Amino acid sequence: GGLELLFGSVKCHEVELDSNEITVEKLLVWIRENLLKERQEMFLKGKSVRPGVLVLINDYDWELMGHLEAPIKDKDSVVFISTLHGG
Amino acid sequence: MVRQCEHCGERRQALRRPKTGHKVCRECFFQLLEDEVHETITQNQLFKKGERVAMAASGGKDSTVLAHILSELNTRHDYGLDLFLLSIDEGISGYRDDSLETVKRNEVQYGIPLKVLSYKELYGWTMDEIVKEIGRKNNCTFCGVFRRQALDRGAALMKADKMATGHNADDMAETILLNLLRGDIARLSRCTAIMTGEEGALPRCKPFKYTYEKEIVMYAYFKKLDYFSTECIYSPNAYRGYARDFIKDLEAIRPRAIVDIIKSGEDFRISSTARMPVQGVCSRCGYISSQKLCKACVLLDGLNRGLPRLGISRTRGIKSTNGVADIDEKSAVAGAVGNGFSKKLSLEF
Repeated sequence: GGLELLFGSVKCHEVELDSNEITVEKLLVWIRENLLKERQEMFLKGKSVRPGVLVLINDYDWELMGHLEAPIKDKDSVVFISTLHGG
Repeated sequence: MVRQCEHCGERRQALRRPKTGHKVCRECFFQLLEDEVHETITQNQLFKKGERVAMAASGGKDSTVLAHILSELNTRHDYGLDLFLLSIDEGISGYRDDSLETVKRNEVQYGIPLKVLSYKELYGWTMDEIVKEIGRKNNCTFCGVFRRQALDRGAALMKADKMATGHNADDMAETILLNLLRGDIARLSRCTAIMTGEEGALPRCKPFKYTYEKEIVMYAYFKKLDYFSTECIYSPNAYRGYARDFIKDLEAIRPRAIVDIIKSGEDFRISSTARMPVQGVCSRCGYISSQKLCKACVLLDGLNRGLPRLGISRTRGIKSTNGVADIDEKSAVAGAVGNGFSKKLSLEF
């Protein structure tokens, strides 16, 4: 949904985090510190994503798995889709 | 914890629907969404058999999914509609030229013919040129006014009976809030209509009026539909952005807020003492207008005469209802005669 522009125009990032047990919340912190190149407010708001950004873990809605508490395991794919643009 | 779909009980839950809170699998989601749009269309009698329908298409998420779902439903439920895509090129480099590529791909993917009309050919100005002239404020005012007319002209040129746009529930809620915040009673009374324009102008309808933006995006994602997704470079200063942020925050706390706002908007009754504009036609181009000159003519005139604030700001000391003073109108009409604008397209409205 255009979010790649905040990440150097790269859509897909393979990342390695230090811990084995992480949640989406921890991932967002890591992203903010390591990947987010510019305009943080377009992607993040407080501890979570900006309202209007959808989050999928292995193509499943994060709302089914506890939002920020949703666990992320090794080799999982996390997709962020922005809905904040013209239709 | 992995749970089964609340609708079919068989497949794994894939998403939580914001309107209902239901947790459903992908296949049920597609079916439920398509059925709901079909319900909206039939309950509100949006189409008649044999109608030629222009689908306003920008290459963005809403219009792409509209083209997909409408052509699907047209076949599945035998609506008997003659569908085509109508696109407007506002002349915004790096934004519109890219999204038009997407619509051209849609034309091929869905087998639906495409017509593109540009601001340049209609008005003699691209949005890029307009913004250079007027600066970065009020851009959406120009673009919105021009595009609305451009769509009507395009649809008339292509002999359409009706137009369908991809406006979704979130858009609807934002518009209601926007009009409320601005005290625009006239628009507040009209903006929730699912079909507008039967009084003379081309009717246009919104099959996605009750469809959440989140669902449109998820549908497109799961179905791998090709759409263009970047914010217009001129939009960050638009007032609508504030309404949108608010609605998004509300949705995060209580997702039903969006349809509830629409319900409130539908049931507003305007006080009988409120001053309402009367619909007439523009004395220059014949487009529908509540003033002597339609907004597009006023704005265009301002551009052509190097008066970029014409139609935007109020002139001091003179009473006006629309930000356009009587004196400005007269000079605009006088200036119009030698201007050649009326020669652009000879369409009657």
